[in-house]
Amino acid sequence: MAALVTRRTFVGGLVIAISLPACKRAPKNSGELKVIRTSAWLRIGTDDSITFLCDRSEMGQGVYTALPMLIAEELGVSLGRMQVEFAPPGDEFINNMIGGQITGGSTSVRDAWEKLRRAGATARQMLVSAAAAEWDIDPRSCRVEDGVIVSPHYQRLRFGQVAEAAAKLPVPKDVKLKEAADFTMIGRSQKRLDTPSKVDGTAIYGIDVKLPNMLYAALAQPPTLGGSVKTFNDEKARSMPGVKAVVLTSSGIAVLAESWWQAFKARGQLDIQWEPGPNGALNDAKISQLLRKGAAGEGRVARNDGDAAAAIKSAARVHRADYELPLLAHATLEPQNCTADVRPDGVDIHVPTQVQQIAQAAAAKAAGVDASRVRVHTTFLGGGFGRRLEVDFIPAAVEASKAVARPVKLIWTREDDMTHDAYRPPAFDQVTGAFDDKGKLVAWNLHLTGPSVTARMFPSVVEKNVDPFAVEGAANYLYDVPNVHVDFRQQEIGIDVGYWRSVSHALNCFVVESFMDELAVAQRQNPLEFRKPLLAKHPRMLKVLDLVAKQSYYGFPPKGCYHGLAVMEGYGTYMAMVAEIFLRDGKVKLRRTYCALDCGQQVNPDTITAQIEGSINFGISALMWGEINIQNGRVQQTNFDSYKLLRMDDAARIDTYIIDSNEPPGGVGEPATALIAPAVCNAIYQATGRRLRSLPLARHRLS
Amino acid sequence: MTKLNVNGKAVEVDVDPETPLLWVLRDTLGLTGTKFGCGMALCGACTVHLGGQPVRSCRTPVSAVGDQAVTTIEGLAQNRSHPVQQAWIELDVPQCGYCQSGQIMSASALLETKPRPSDADIDAAMAGNICRCGTYQRIRAAIRRAAEIKAGTPA
Repeated sequence: MAALVTRRTFVGGLVIAISLPACKRAPKNSGELKVIRTSAWLRIGTDDSITFLCDRSEMGQGVYTALPMLIAEELGVSLGRMQVEFAPPGDEFINNMIGGQITGGSTSVRDAWEKLRRAGATARQMLVSAAAAEWDIDPRSCRVEDGVIVSPHYQRLRFGQVAEAAAKLPVPKDVKLKEAADFTMIGRSQKRLDTPSKVDGTAIYGIDVKLPNMLYAALAQPPTLGGSVKTFNDEKARSMPGVKAVVLTSSGIAVLAESWWQAFKARGQLDIQWEPGPNGALNDAKISQLLRKGAAGEGRVARNDGDAAAAIKSAARVHRADYELPLLAHATLEPQNCTADVRPDGVDIHVPTQVQQIAQAAAAKAAGVDASRVRVHTTFLGGGFGRRLEVDFIPAAVEASKAVARPVKLIWTREDDMTHDAYRPPAFDQVTGAFDDKGKLVAWNLHLTGPSVTARMFPSVVEKNVDPFAVEGAANYLYDVPNVHVDFRQQEIGIDVGYWRSVSHALNCFVVESFMDELAVAQRQNPLEFRKPLLAKHPRMLKVLDLVAKQSYYGFPPKGCYHGLAVMEGYGTYMAMVAEIFLRDGKVKLRRTYCALDCGQQVNPDTITAQIEGSINFGISALMWGEINIQNGRVQQTNFDSYKLLRMDDAARIDTYIIDSNEPPGGVGEPATALIAPAVCNAIYQATGRRLRSLPLARHRLS
Repeated sequence: MTKLNVNGKAVEVDVDPETPLLWVLRDTLGLTGTKFGCGMALCGACTVHLGGQPVRSCRTPVSAVGDQAVTTIEGLAQNRSHPVQQAWIELDVPQCGYCQSGQIMSASALLETKPRPSDADIDAAMAGNICRCGTYQRIRAAIRRAAEIKAGTPA
C-alpha cells in the first residue's frame, strides 16, 4: 500500500482524514493502490476495498455485523463487501453515551445509530459527486448499486475508481439520511460476519495471539483479595524445564517459560509467603453485616416524587420487605489474558478488552511510557459481560515483557479468574409500599444499599451525585404512584466490585418486580391486572405486557406449571417476561420463557433474538446457582464445579416477540438478564406460596 | 519425542509426556482453534476427537494419545463443509464463539453415533460443554439441522 500523507480536519464535528496523493488533479486514479479515509470509521481503496474500523469490541453481541450494517445501508453496498477491522484507541471513537471508547451499557448500536449512518451517507455523497463530475452531470441524477455509481445513461464507475477524486472534494455538511421505510438492510436479519471464523477455529481471541520470540506466562496472585507478596523463593521454579525468568510484578509473581504449560507447572513450585492485607478477616457474614449497618444511614436520593414518608405514615396499609443479593463472578469462558511486547520504540498490547483507552493507559503506566507510545490491538473477546471493562490483567503482562525484553503472553487459569474478579456488587435493599383506604397504591419507598462500582472506576461521576449505575430500574420506577422515593446508600465492603451484565438492573429489577408481586398478592389481585392500570401512562410498556400475556396465555399455564411475570424499562427498551415453571422433586425447572420487547428500530433482528436468548440464559445461571462466597478474604468458588453455570440439559425453550417500532434503537444485550429472576420467583410464589427475597435458588434448596 | 497423528498428519513433538494434549495443540502445533476454559474437563471448550471419540484435551496427557488419530476443529472438514459447521452457519449459532469449537466437536461426534439424536441424546452429549453466552437453544436446533443435512435433506 502506498504511503499516504494524511491531514486531519474537523468538519461539522466529524473527524475526517483525507488523503493527499502526490498527483495534481486526478479524476481518474493514478494507478497506485491508495486508500482514502472518508471518516474515522471508513476506508475506501482504489481496489474497491471497503474497510470498516469497528470501534466497539465484539464479545458476542454482534457489533461486528450490526455496526457495518449502519454504514452499508447508507453507503450503498452489500454487507459482504465490507471488511471489518477493530479500531485502535482514539478520541474519534469515543462512545458519546458513556464518554470513552467503551463497549458496555448496551450502547453500541444506540451510540452509532446516527453517526455511522451519517458516515456512510457522507462517503456516498462524496463518491457520487466525484463520479458525476467525471461525467459532468448532476449528482442527484445518479444512483448507487452495490458499490457502483450509475448515471442516467447507464455509465458506471466503481467506488474505487472515483475514491481518489472523492477524497479531494469538500466534505458535505448536511447529508440526508434514508427514511426508515427506505431501509433495505436495517431491520432485516443479516448473517453475522464473524460466524464463519467462529465455526472453523480461525477467529483470533486474545488467548490465541502469537508473536515471534514470545514467552508464555502464568501468574501467582495473592490468594486473599487485596493481599500482596511478602517474601518468595523462586529457586525451584527457575530450575523447571523451559522456564526463562521469574518476575515480581505489581499483580503477583509471573513465571515465564517457552510454553504456557511449563510456566504453569513452574508456578506451582514457587514458595511464596503472602501478606493477607486488609481483607484477611472478611467473610460473607461480615459483608452482610456491613450492608445492614450501612442501610441504617440515609442514601443519596435518586428519585423523589411527592412525599413518600408522609404518605406511608398516613396510609391505611403498609407493606415492607428486605431483599438481599450475593456477589457474582463474570466467568467469561476465555480466561483473562494479555499479550504485551515492550520495546524501546514503543509498546504493543494484544488484548481482549472492552476499554481500549483505559487499556492503553494501564499499559503505558506499567511500561513507564506515554500513552501515545502504546498501540492497542483488540482481538475477539471470549465473552465480556463487563469483566473486560477491567484492566487488572494488563500490567503484569507489560511488566513481564519489559523485564525480559521479549513479547509475553500472560494467561490466567480458571481458578485465577474465578478468585480475582471484580464481582457483581451484593445488595441489601429495603422496600415499602403503602395503600390508601380505597386500595390505591399511594407510596413507594426503595432504600438501596451496596458498594459502588462507579466510585472506583469513574469517581468524578459520583462526586456529588448518586451513582447512576446503582439505581437503574429503580430511579425510573414506571408505575403511576404519587409518592415515590428511591435512594442509594453507598456501603463499601473492602473488595472491588464491577459492572456485571445489566449492572444494577439485575439487582433492582429483582426487588421492584418481586415486591410489586407482593403488593398484588396483598391486594388479592392478579399480578397482571394489578400492574396494568399503574402502567397506563406508558403505552410502549402496556403493549409488550399485553403481547407477552397473550402469547404465554398468562394465568392459564399448562397443568402442573406456574406463571410469573416481570416488566422493566432499561437501555431504552421496554420488556415484559413470563416464566413458566414446574417443580420436579422439589426443584424449580423452567419449562419455557416468553419475552416481549419494544427496542425501537431494529437493526439486525436475528441478533436481537439471540441476545434475548443469551441474556436470559445468563440470568438463569445467576438465579439458580450464582453466588460468590468469601472466607478469610478468599473466594471459595474456584472453577465450574463450585460456580455452576447453565448447561444444555437445563436450557429450556425461549420465545421472543419483538414489536415493530420506528422509535430510536434501544439496547438489547442486557435487559432480559434482569427480568428472569423476578419472573421465576413470582412463579415460585404461585407454585409454593414461598416468597423468595434472596438468591440464588440453591440457597433455598430449590435448584 | 512423542509421535502424534493430528488432522491426518504425522507430527513429532518434544514435550514433557505429562503435558496435556490441549497445550501441545495450541502452543507447540499452533492449532489455537481448540480453547482453554477450565483445565479440569468441566467446560468442554477443549474438546477434540481422539480416535473419533470426543475427549477433553485439557485433561488428556499427550503420552496417553498413542497412535489414536487426533482431530481438531481445524481438521474437521475443508472449507467449513461439515454438516455441523454448515448448520451452525445457517442458524448463526455463535455469539462470542469461544466455546463453539468444543461444541462443534461434541456435536459432530454425537451425530456419528446417533444420526437422528433425541432431545435426551443431545442433553447427554452436550451437557459437558458450557456456553457462557447461552446459545444452547440454537445449538440444539443446529444439531437437528445438521442431522438433516447429513441425511441429505435440503433446507
